[in-house]
Amino acid sequence: MLQGRTWVFSNNPPRIVATGVVGGPFEAKGPLADDFDVLHEDLWLGQDSYEKAEKKLLEQACEQAIDKAGMRKEDIQFFLSGDLMNQVISSSFTARTLGVPYLGIFGACSSSMEGLALGSLMVNGGYAQRVLVGTSSHNAAAEKQFRYPTEYGSQKPPTAQWTVTGAGAAVITPDKGDILVTSATVGRVVDMGIQDPFNMGAAMAPAAVDTIEAHFRDLRISPSFYDLILTGDLGRIGHHTAADLLEKHGLKLPNDRFGDCGLMIYQKDQPVQAGASGCACSACVTYGHVFNRMRKGDLNKVLIVATGALLSPLSYQQKESIPCVAHAVALEAKGGKGA
Amino acid sequence: MSSKKKKKLTPVQQEYQDFAKKREPQRPILQNCVRSFLAGGTICLIGQLISTFYMRFFDFNEKTAGDPTVATLIFLAVLLTGLGVYDHIAQWAGAGTIIPVTGFANAMASSAIEHRSEGFVLGVGGNMFKLAGSVVVFGVFAAFVVALVKMLILKGLGGV
Repeated sequence: MLQGRTWVFSNNPPRIVATGVVGGPFEAKGPLADDFDVLHEDLWLGQDSYEKAEKKLLEQACEQAIDKAGMRKEDIQFFLSGDLMNQVISSSFTARTLGVPYLGIFGACSSSMEGLALGSLMVNGGYAQRVLVGTSSHNAAAEKQFRYPTEYGSQKPPTAQWTVTGAGAAVITPDKGDILVTSATVGRVVDMGIQDPFNMGAAMAPAAVDTIEAHFRDLRISPSFYDLILTGDLGRIGHHTAADLLEKHGLKLPNDRFGDCGLMIYQKDQPVQAGASGCACSACVTYGHVFNRMRKGDLNKVLIVATGALLSPLSYQQKESIPCVAHAVALEAKGGKGA
Repeated sequence: MSSKKKKKLTPVQQEYQDFAKKREPQRPILQNCVRSFLAGGTICLIGQLISTFYMRFFDFNEKTAGDPTVATLIFLAVLLTGLGVYDHIAQWAGAGTIIPVTGFANAMASSAIEHRSEGFVLGVGGNMFKLAGSVVVFGVFAAFVVALVKMLILKGLGGV
């Protein structure tokens, strides 16, 4: 059912049967290390390029998810995936390995929830029974494509963020699994004219605010409906800006229930400036940490608002501003009150 | 952002940018200046020590010791880049490690290492000057302008 721009899966909501979460060495030192299925000591994963390492991360996350779902890869009917690399190579090359029907998507760091929303739509519509969604990012591969060589000695400003090395994947089915996808709000592209690629948080915050407001307006619910509302990778600055902007618009989210995945994955003493970013940021935190807490009964209803900055290295060199998008997906632990 | 750009913003964009600006931490300029002074100074001091070393133990004078000194500094910077240490020092030191010759060496070495995965010709060779190229181009051009100034104006006025 469509309400405003929110898909409401009130009738037989799609379920997430299993997830796979893989991380790199820097994530292994973070506070959420226990929530990863696989952690790598080597940033290269034994590959000869960072791009191949990222593909390996995504492949492993998919393998983990399929394994834990008790399936074989032939059982997967569709694979939806996106990442930050040019021409979404990590996803496409993983799809080559999986050998299943594949749709490549791109929403920059919002790809995680874009995939989950679309996959849920396919399952809810009866067009698929087993959909695999995934996304990945690699710190060094992203730095190489978007910024400077990894070993280049440039000083990062306090607004910069650290791209997560990792991958997350989830298998969606109509009837198995303990996490329900209850609704999804598709974001508009919002551009507030910010041009600084070292300040993505401030660029993305208005997109997150726009989607959060639309979600509550479409469903006619109040913020207290959710136990936790998490944005994808706004970081410290973007998170404060988003919280203040929401309050200014008359939607005050309780501090203890409004967080950001980019502020959860690393320790305070890890040198990540304003926090984490990257496709894998929201995917790893959601599919790992948040789902574990939901299964434990800590959390019942959660809203994940993955934020993406839709810039390219060319666009910002040509002095274009940074258009941003945010997609929200509402999740509920099975056994909770109805959607 | 230049004022020319700001004119193109819509009132909503302008309002948000002012809103976001208030929440954005500024670069610690004073701290960065002090750090780059210390780091840059330290590199120069090391350079001086190396230079003195060449003059005392080898057959170099103050003029000829320059070349081997620069070569040694470049070697050290490239080594530290390869070992993955230079970027960490630079995050602390800022301009202090970029401005000396070591920064130039780091720019070339880091680009070369980064693109090794694309092979020697298209990767290392093609990308080595990715960052350093503009320094070379504008450095040469600036030298050309300075030489012109010296030739035409100073000589014309009967100066140096």
